[in-house]
Amino acid sequence: MAYSEKVIDHYQHPRNVGSFGTSKDVAARRDIGVGIVGAPECGDVMQLQLRISEEGIIEEAKFKCFGCGSAIASSSLATEWIKGKSIEEALTIRNTQIVEELSLPPVKIHCSVLAEDSIRSAIADFQKKNGIVTATAETNAAAH
Amino acid sequence: MALKLPIYMDNAATTRTDPRVVEAMLPYFTEKFGNAASRNHVFGWDAEDGIEIAREQAASLIGASSKEVIWTSGSTESNNLAIKGAARMYAKSPEGTKNRGHIITCVIEHKAVLDPCKRLEREGFDITWITPAPDGIVTRQMIADAIRSDTILVSIMWVNNEIGTINEVPEIGKLCHEKGIIFHTDATQWVGKMPTDVERDCIDLMSWSSHKIYGPKGVGALFVRRRSPRVRLEALIDGGGHERGMRSGTLNVTGIVGFGKACELCKEGMDADRERLFSLKQKLERELSSRLEVVQVNGHADRRVPHICNISFGYVEGESLLMGIKDIACSSGSACTSASLEPSYVLKNLGIGDELAHSSLRLSIGRWTTEAEIDYAIQAIEKSVEHLRTLSPLWDLFKEGIDVSKIEWQAH
Ligand SMILES: Cc1ncc(COP(=O)(O)O)c(C=O)c1O
Ligand code: FES
Repeated sequence: MAYSEKVIDHYQHPRNVGSFGTSKDVAARRDIGVGIVGAPECGDVMQLQLRISEEGIIEEAKFKCFGCGSAIASSSLATEWIKGKSIEEALTIRNTQIVEELSLPPVKIHCSVLAEDSIRSAIADFQKKNGIVTATAETNAAAH
Repeated sequence: MALKLPIYMDNAATTRTDPRVVEAMLPYFTEKFGNAASRNHVFGWDAEDGIEIAREQAASLIGASSKEVIWTSGSTESNNLAIKGAARMYAKSPEGTKNRGHIITCVIEHKAVLDPCKRLEREGFDITWITPAPDGIVTRQMIADAIRSDTILVSIMWVNNEIGTINEVPEIGKLCHEKGIIFHTDATQWVGKMPTDVERDCIDLMSWSSHKIYGPKGVGALFVRRRSPRVRLEALIDGGGHERGMRSGTLNVTGIVGFGKACELCKEGMDADRERLFSLKQKLERELSSRLEVVQVNGHADRRVPHICNISFGYVEGESLLMGIKDIACSSGSACTSASLEPSYVLKNLGIGDELAHSSLRLSIGRWTTEAEIDYAIQAIEKSVEHLRTLSPLWDLFKEGIDVSKIEWQAH
């Protein structure tokens, strides 16, 4: 399969790789939302960690991804897009925009879905930790 | 010597045709182009001579008589002819009935054996599907335990094409001969690379293929034993009665001539090739296992052919690994279940951990693989695995001492 130049670029030079500490550390921090989606036996696990200000602005985003090149590129791109955005703005990002930006073929659409899911799941985690109940968080939980 | 990229390390899928083979084939396209079945002119005789020389060359590689070699289009066809042909010939009851006979095979065979067996299952035959232990070896004992009074056929591959493990073929053959059961082996990854003697190894039916041994594609052979016992097969392709009625159709003269030459070359160079490939493979496995953590060479530690190396890298996904080593042509039977590549059914059936199965590479080397290419591959794989581990959340969990298999994942 031929990969688009953008996928190759993100694969070779992924943006915002990393985490804010061990899984224990981040679980204890209320300013960080953690989203982990996928499963090893499906061949993909995406982890997104967001550091969110009290005003609800995503100040930093870090990802790790076990998955194909398209999944790595999708998550790398997602971190670029959501940095500096408000929670509400971040939640408007759709996987179809990722598909378009990275020119993903049909078999790779679910890799972009994973990226969208990880954004939702990280934000939901942040909101849960901070006792914020929103309509989005509710529907989000139901979707899984 | 400068390294030329990309590097070919997928010799278990197919091989480059040896230029000496091409040379031998050329006259049969434009000069000796006759139909080998044309009995009344020199064009036909020349073609037939070419075929018969090739038959001698093929027979001599496996210790058979030339009359025991049937030409086919490749191992897929040879396996189909052997399995369906023998089952239908030796069936205990006619078409449309049940309990037509018992067949033993194993779950890590090539699809070209699995699918004919599944068809026979639908046609009223009983199949025992053996699952080997995680080392991948099918043993004589496993077959002995599965044999019944109505067993008519055992089909066990000599070498597994994904992990390169060597089954106990001569032992199984001997057992089958003692019990009067027909024994077929898919020897596609064995013949030409390792010494073969159908008498000593007690084989009744054996498939092998030209394009895996530096010959052209689309040609193969089936060894069909003629004496003690004389094995009979029901043909799959009816027509002009070529190949003793077992496989009709005008012979692929050029292909067969090339295949014959390829057999001859393999016989001549076998010992030297084997030694060389063995040391290259040793280096590859040794270096990767020592430079990287959580590496597993799949299959039995020693009972493996020198040209196939199957290796898993923990917490790294296979397709992304292939992308990182794009200058190395090899295969990974594994990636995300929902995408184009599927996890390997061979590794799965052997119970090799899913997250490991997701990151296996099969590197298969051949006649033209050089040490410089091996060194390049070692470095490229090392670099790519390390890069991907810096990205892998599973690697972090592993490093934190968390057992990834014990986490409850939200599969999507
Ligand atoms: C073990 C085994 N059996 C059968 C085949 C099929 O061979 P062919 O391509 O000649 O039909 C292959 C190769 O893919 C193989 O490795
Ligand atoms: S993560 Fe499944 S193919 Fe990309």
